[in-house]
Amino acid sequence: MAGEPKIRLDHVSKIYQGAEGPAVAELTLDIDPGEILVLVGPSGCGKSTTLRLINRMIEPTSGRIYLDGDDVTDVNPDQLRRRIGYVIQQIGLFPHQTIAENVATVPKMLRWDRKRISTRVDELLELVGLDPRVYRDRYPKELSGGQAQRVGVARALGADPSIMLMDEPFGAIDPITRESLQNEFLRLQEELRKTIVFVTHDIDEAIKMGDRIAILGEQSVVHQADTPERILAYPVDDFVRSFIGAGTAMKGLAFERVGDLDLAPFDEGRNGDGKPVGTITADATLFEALEEMLRTADGKTVVVDESGRPAGVVELSHLSDALRTAQDEARRHYDELGAAS
Amino acid sequence: MDGLHSWWEYVVGHGDDVLEATLEHAQITVVVVILATVFSVALGVCVQSRPTSKAIALAIASIFLTIPALALFALFIPLVGPGDNPAMMALFLYAILPILRNTVTGLDEVSPAVVESARGMGMSSAQRLWRVRLPLAWPLIMTGVRISTLLTVGIAAIAILVGGGGLGTFIQGGLTRLGLPNSVESVWVGTVFTVLLGLALDVVLSLVQRLTSSRGLRA
Ligand SMILES: Nc1ncnc2c1ncn2[C@@H]1O[C@H](COP(=O)(O)OP(=O)(O)OP(=O)(O)O)[C@@H](O)[C@H]1O
Ligand SMILES: [Mg+2]
Repeated sequence: MAGEPKIRLDHVSKIYQGAEGPAVAELTLDIDPGEILVLVGPSGCGKSTTLRLINRMIEPTSGRIYLDGDDVTDVNPDQLRRRIGYVIQQIGLFPHQTIAENVATVPKMLRWDRKRISTRVDELLELVGLDPRVYRDRYPKELSGGQAQRVGVARALGADPSIMLMDEPFGAIDPITRESLQNEFLRLQEELRKTIVFVTHDIDEAIKMGDRIAILGEQSVVHQADTPERILAYPVDDFVRSFIGAGTAMKGLAFERVGDLDLAPFDEGRNGDGKPVGTITADATLFEALEEMLRTADGKTVVVDESGRPAGVVELSHLSDALRTAQDEARRHYDELGAAS
Repeated sequence: MDGLHSWWEYVVGHGDDVLEATLEHAQITVVVVILATVFSVALGVCVQSRPTSKAIALAIASIFLTIPALALFALFIPLVGPGDNPAMMALFLYAILPILRNTVTGLDEVSPAVVESARGMGMSSAQRLWRVRLPLAWPLIMTGVRISTLLTVGIAAIAILVGGGGLGTFIQGGLTRLGLPNSVESVWVGTVFTVLLGLALDVVLSLVQRLTSSRGLRA
């Protein structure tokens, strides 16, 4: 492991009052600076509880929590939370305050001066794609669901926290808006490089958003925590396999690009026999190549360069080779891990 | 027409007295409502998240409202003597329920997600109360204050029976002289000005309500 983890949960447990067993049992997890770690698992497995332990919305029953190497298990929780962005599915904007006032919440508590707050509010609204001139003085009831969640994200970024905790932030938003929010958020993250813990119960969202994914079972037991590629290529147990579900192998194709393949040569005689052949460009993913093959009911698809000339052919064997390579790599990785411990 | 004419004569003839009684009546009402508001909102905040205390507080406040006014007024005379004081104490007890009830309901209705996000941003419980929960409950609290005001204005008209002042003096005076000249006019002066005072205070409070409630909360 290079460097110190940004967040470390060390044997953290939470037993709710009156509950039979723990909601989170002896969870140990490191989250590296600048990564998006997605917590994913079935409903009730303890994802939200785990997330809320990090900013001490819930006090752990036992175990320690470290941020930047400092033990924060006993510090003042209000002060701790001002350093950590928190976004929830229901957003929870303050209905009696304007968008600008909402976004200014944390800076105001930190007693920034008026001018600095005002500049910061405009900056944040622009960051999340809302024109400050239009939205500053609106009230939350005057926003769509997607706009409200953008404001939720802007508000959580208020005092530029280095950590963001997001509990199903896009869960209540229609699929099309969700997709664009996800994309924008990933673009934002390129710039901001926050350490993000992101909860979802949607494995596809996890694969899309996560630098790493932790697949949690009952009581937040970590079944597998790794990159999406490795988890898809090599689920460590039946729980993970069934959770990531059917079509797993195919999803892994989305992580590789056509341009990285050793393409088969394009042969006018064989490939140009009048049948409709799908074409893609070199920056397409292997998943897109597969979709194109299926669409044209052909076992191959032609790759074209910028000027539209055929540059080569992707065949089914490319795809199965790519999957096998990913699986071999992941298996070797886990063998090494197993040997090391 | 005749009745209205003689009523108006009476008002003009006793202009100073009417004005003085109206102001005293208003003063009693305003003082009582302010005290009841401070008390009930504070009590509401304390009991809102405790179901048992909440039920007890609301039950007691409801019981006050069912005690006949005259009896409640009289109960305080041995403690503080006759005059405005026993009346104001009784009125205070009557004014609690609408404000308490609406404070509790207003706080209950604050969305849990809003409170959760406030907590998640590091607002202390006092900050959550003053900056989030009370402002959100405020329109409903003000509605309670308006109801209490109307209630107080009406019941204060019988404060005279325990030696207090206000517009009740015209009603009481007229009733004891019934049959004599101007007795009916006197009763009507007391009644009409009580109603007018209630309406005037309600108009003022509805303005205050509008000015002190966030635009974001209007339907
Ligand atoms: N405040 C609470 N008091 C008691 N039990 C709770 C409380 N909050 C959660 N639990 C229990 O703890 C377990 C984990 O809940 P949690 O909300 O963390 O699950 P989750 O993984 O976020 O589920 P979902 O995907 O449905 O949001 C559940 O069994 C739940 O019933
Ligand atoms: Mg949850």
